[in-house]
Amino acid sequence: MRTISDWGNYPVIEADVAGFDSVGQLRKQLEDPGELIAFGNGRSYGDASLQKRMVLTRRFSKFLSFDESSGTLCCDSGVLLSEILDVFVPRGWFLPVTPGTKLITVGGAIAADVHGKNHHVDGSFGQHILSMDIMRNDGSIITCSPTVNAEFFKVTVGGMGLTGVILNASFRLKRIETAFIREETVRAANLGEIMDCFEVSVGWTYSVAWIDCLAKGDSMGRSIMMRGEHAQTHELVSPTHKHAPLKVNKGMQLAVPFRFPNFALNPLSMKAFNFAYYNKCRPGTHQHLVDYNSFFYPLDAISNWNRIYGKRGFTQYQFVIPKEAGREGMARILKRITDSGLGSFLAVLKLFGEQDSFMSFPMEGYTLALDFPISQKAMELFKELDAMVADYGGRLYLAKDSRMDAAMFEKTYANADEFRQAVTLLNEGETRFASLQSKRIGITN
Amino acid sequence: MKNVLILGATSDMAQAIAKKYAAEGWSLTLAAIEPELLASIASDLRVRGDVTVDTKTFDATDFENHRAFYESLETRPDAVIAVFGYMSDQEKVRTDIADIRRTIDINFTGMATMLSVIADDFEKRGRGAIAAISSVAGDRGRQSNYIYGSAKAGLTAFLSGLRNRLAKKGVHVMTVKPGFARTKMTENMELPEALTASPEQIADAVFKGLEKKRNVVYTLWMWRYIMLIIRHIPEFIFKKMGM
Repeated sequence: MRTISDWGNYPVIEADVAGFDSVGQLRKQLEDPGELIAFGNGRSYGDASLQKRMVLTRRFSKFLSFDESSGTLCCDSGVLLSEILDVFVPRGWFLPVTPGTKLITVGGAIAADVHGKNHHVDGSFGQHILSMDIMRNDGSIITCSPTVNAEFFKVTVGGMGLTGVILNASFRLKRIETAFIREETVRAANLGEIMDCFEVSVGWTYSVAWIDCLAKGDSMGRSIMMRGEHAQTHELVSPTHKHAPLKVNKGMQLAVPFRFPNFALNPLSMKAFNFAYYNKCRPGTHQHLVDYNSFFYPLDAISNWNRIYGKRGFTQYQFVIPKEAGREGMARILKRITDSGLGSFLAVLKLFGEQDSFMSFPMEGYTLALDFPISQKAMELFKELDAMVADYGGRLYLAKDSRMDAAMFEKTYANADEFRQAVTLLNEGETRFASLQSKRIGITN
Repeated sequence: MKNVLILGATSDMAQAIAKKYAAEGWSLTLAAIEPELLASIASDLRVRGDVTVDTKTFDATDFENHRAFYESLETRPDAVIAVFGYMSDQEKVRTDIADIRRTIDINFTGMATMLSVIADDFEKRGRGAIAAISSVAGDRGRQSNYIYGSAKAGLTAFLSGLRNRLAKKGVHVMTVKPGFARTKMTENMELPEALTASPEQIADAVFKGLEKKRNVVYTLWMWRYIMLIIRHIPEFIFKKMGM
């Protein structure tokens, strides 16, 4: 038994955990009856990978094959995206889709069907999976792809680990000439401006905005958009970069060595941070050449940044609302958040493209993600926000969630019922996949 | 190209060490008792990078064949890292003769016989580096794991003697004491985060330690002082403590 939690440090539970080196060892674990769930690198925020009994996949992390001509990589589910980048960026390849942290496993990326700054162009991670192997609750292995065992594939992508333990996956990496991003930052004075900015930026491969969730009145929604393209060799300026276009310096790794006391983050300190961050960027549009780590993974440079929220932990409230409802809806929801004064400094806005998958979070529209230290007040605010999000036809991201109720899930995920039936059918037998989250939102009993 | 021989290459620590040496441009010889797992580790390393990897089956307790094993290697290594070890539940070890022997055979006897063979060759060649994973458990016998601890204490003494002998012969010997490590041995245990090293941290410490010719490496610096204190508690007090 050991104490374990996901990235938000809420909830924290006692669990029996065991990893595996081989398919045989995992099969043996599944012979023990009862409920269990796979746990990767613990970077989902809430309780999606928590359970009294957990299978750790991190040790199951071999690279199986790579085809240099097509860029097709096959690797075990416990491999971290950061390992893929370390190995393949120097050889001129990049991930087809990456979220804002590279410290997640391939299995987790599929189970949560993660998205990135290029969602409007390239869709979610699951859409790039060519094929994968999954171990079912009875120890059998099923190979599935968009065409082979397609139904099983459909419920497994974004299926939150409830259909089995993902063993390995094949997907295509994309060619890059350099390890650098040509980044353009645009300062927007309010919500209207930043939404205009997203709409004219759909031609960019990558786009995302940091949004100040504490600014009120006329400056509500003031933001900084970051949009980017992989830089080509001829765009590099510095001789060092030109000489080794695929090489990036390690950069400084900072760490938060212990949990901050709860009072360290307070309205004043957060307001000061947001003010400084916003004003550091001058008005207008600016171009920079930055390495891929600072563009995609700024927070990965600070180990254990989750500790700044202290012992109480935090949650990330991430919702999406359809594009039609976007302007009015986002303004109303954001106003409720700024009025509460509870939001913190990490808030991210993005315009998703279309998405047609079974259980995945993205839909064409605006998504906003913001961190909240856990408190009674915040929990009450979430309830109000839930109602608004549901009214606009939106939904919450399961990978971030630790508190949504079953009714909210039912109302907002169109395929909730069908998914529950599929999971029930697949879990017939003595051993069943279930997480604290799947029980809370009513997918499993 | 320099070659490193990793003995007990299937452990988490050894796998991290292999990745580190591969990334630093060394060729590798991986030896362990499980050929299948060894093959998958080797193939993983080859996909990760342009690296030469040989695998060899190696049984730490097959003492008589350690010389033959070493002589069968295609490449004479420039560095040897002995990672193999065995720790069982002390409750079980305390009464189970076979398990006591196994603990001593793997952690001490196997290390001593294998490294003696290698030391002779390195001495003749007048160069080479040897690192072995010992344990802070060997710094003082404690009630919770003194059988494992005493085997590791033997290993630590063996390594210090070997270092003393080979220092004048151009061969470096390094003792590694990892402290708590987050590996398969400990994955279901509650460990104090600040005192627990990851396999990657240990791999870095081993690589850098050998480059810098360190003698005794505690992978996290705190352990040196923790063990210093534990070693200096007077026996009449220590024997009453529940450690």
